[in-house]
Amino acid sequence: MKLTLRVWRQKNAGADGAMSTYEVDGISQDMSFLEMLDTLNEELILKGEDPVAFDHDCREGICGACSLVINGDAHGPERTTTCQLHMRSFDDGDTIDIEPWRASAFPVVKDLVVDRSAFDRIIQAGGYITAPTGAAPEAHATPVPKPDADFAFEHAECIGCGACVAACPNGSAMLFTSAKVNHLNVLPQGSPERETRVLDMVGQMDDEGFGGCTLTGECATACPKGIPLPSIAAMNKEWLRANRKAAKR
Amino acid sequence: MRSLAPTVICMALATRPVKGTAPGKRPSPARSLWDSTIGKKTVMAVSGLIMLGYLVAHMIGNLKVFFGPDEMNAYARFLRTMGEPVLHHEWALWLVRIVLVAAVVGHAVSAYQLSRRDIKARPQKYVHKRKRASYATRTMRWGGIILALFIVWHILDLTTGTVHPGEFEHLHPYQNLIDTFSTWYGNVIYIVAVSAVGLHVRHGFWSAAQTLGVGNARRERLLKLIANTLALVLTLGFVSVPVAVMTGVVS
Ligand code: HEM
Ligand code: SF4
Ligand code: FES
Repeated sequence: MKLTLRVWRQKNAGADGAMSTYEVDGISQDMSFLEMLDTLNEELILKGEDPVAFDHDCREGICGACSLVINGDAHGPERTTTCQLHMRSFDDGDTIDIEPWRASAFPVVKDLVVDRSAFDRIIQAGGYITAPTGAAPEAHATPVPKPDADFAFEHAECIGCGACVAACPNGSAMLFTSAKVNHLNVLPQGSPERETRVLDMVGQMDDEGFGGCTLTGECATACPKGIPLPSIAAMNKEWLRANRKAAKR
Repeated sequence: MRSLAPTVICMALATRPVKGTAPGKRPSPARSLWDSTIGKKTVMAVSGLIMLGYLVAHMIGNLKVFFGPDEMNAYARFLRTMGEPVLHHEWALWLVRIVLVAAVVGHAVSAYQLSRRDIKARPQKYVHKRKRASYATRTMRWGGIILALFIVWHILDLTTGTVHPGEFEHLHPYQNLIDTFSTWYGNVIYIVAVSAVGLHVRHGFWSAAQTLGVGNARRERLLKLIANTLALVLTLGFVSVPVAVMTGVVS
């Protein structure tokens, strides 16, 4: 395959960026999108140019490091992570636009790399349990009803990639935060901090400058892990409950 | 596929709450209701539902126009005397007006603040534009602005009579609304506004359910059905009045 790539290039956080056009040839349909970018970078390095910076780590769809808005879609046209997107989703001769996640809470570091540490700070504000866990306990020691376990697992799938923020017209982090809150709040292990968790994580989310939710649903459409839109309603319910309880105290 | 889960639990021992989240520093419940994005949306949802309830009653009241001037005008007098003799003349009406003004102001201020925040959170557009799945957000904003302007015009037209075309007669809504709907602009403004109400309620009712945490995957279809029905019934009910005047059914 021969492709034309239009890639966002930006030297550093302070510099102005712009789209630059590159041609790549000899791309196989079986390459992943990141391998295609590796091919481009090898060529750029051989020519003595600065390679395109992009985030990646596991390349198997589980770490949440990879990003990229491809032709306007977070993680590209398939519902998966960019590392698991393959070139067979494109046609020979295509022009592909590649841009970084856009949100003021995710400033560009260089080229396609953005700073997602705002997510880490949301987790630090309450995305943990305080019980000392030690080694894995006996599985039946704390029974969890099946629907609750399913609900927790569904939300535990969030890999913190930030596609939801990138896709949201308001740069809102509600889907991510709701995945984390719902995952722990439904479980007995997470119940001691049930109220403080949701209040503090939402507080941190707002402090980081993410936008509010207008229930547009772009986040859930973009999410590679299928975190559903009603997760946000479930978090709202938790937040309202926690705020009511705090008012009674 | 659950990579963060173990990390999150390990972090528990190493990491204590970070800046601004120590329990002592947590804002009061009332403050967080007004300051947080979820709290502001709650204000919007509750005030929106209050206005929605009022609109349903208002629309049903308007249908009195089809039963002649006496019934319509008697209804207008009733609105002043309702609540008597427990309440003084017009007190109940003023109570409704105060609640509605509070709802409109709370709704509009939250909408403005949230919209500003949303725009600031996403300052840079993508170069590659694509069709967005839903026009909901944009419709909510311009629809809301149309509604705000309409509410002002509507009160000046049919409540105070300030911009009323023709002779405004207090307590004679039947005659007054025929005046308004005998002008082309009266019809245009009114029909645009009630169509905007329909669109606004269509996304708004369902949104309010999500904001208040009533929505979940199982209720999704039911909530959308109620939202669409409310939107359609409200718009058709309101539109029927100018259409009746235009076609001479009401004159
Ligand atoms: C003063 C005029 C109005 C303005 C400026 C306005 C503006 C808005 C905006 C911008 C939103 C979306 C907010 C967001 O998602 O962040 C919204 C939501 C909503 N509006 Fe209005 N609106 C107005 C009048 C009305 C009226 C008359 C009704 C009653 C039918 C109404 C009912 C609702 C409801 C139920 C919501 C959903 C709240 C939620 O998402 O939780 N609005 N409005
Ligand atoms: S909710 Fe989905 S899109 Fe958002 S961070 Fe988690 S995995 Fe990524
Ligand atoms: S590189 Fe780990 S999810 Fe894509």
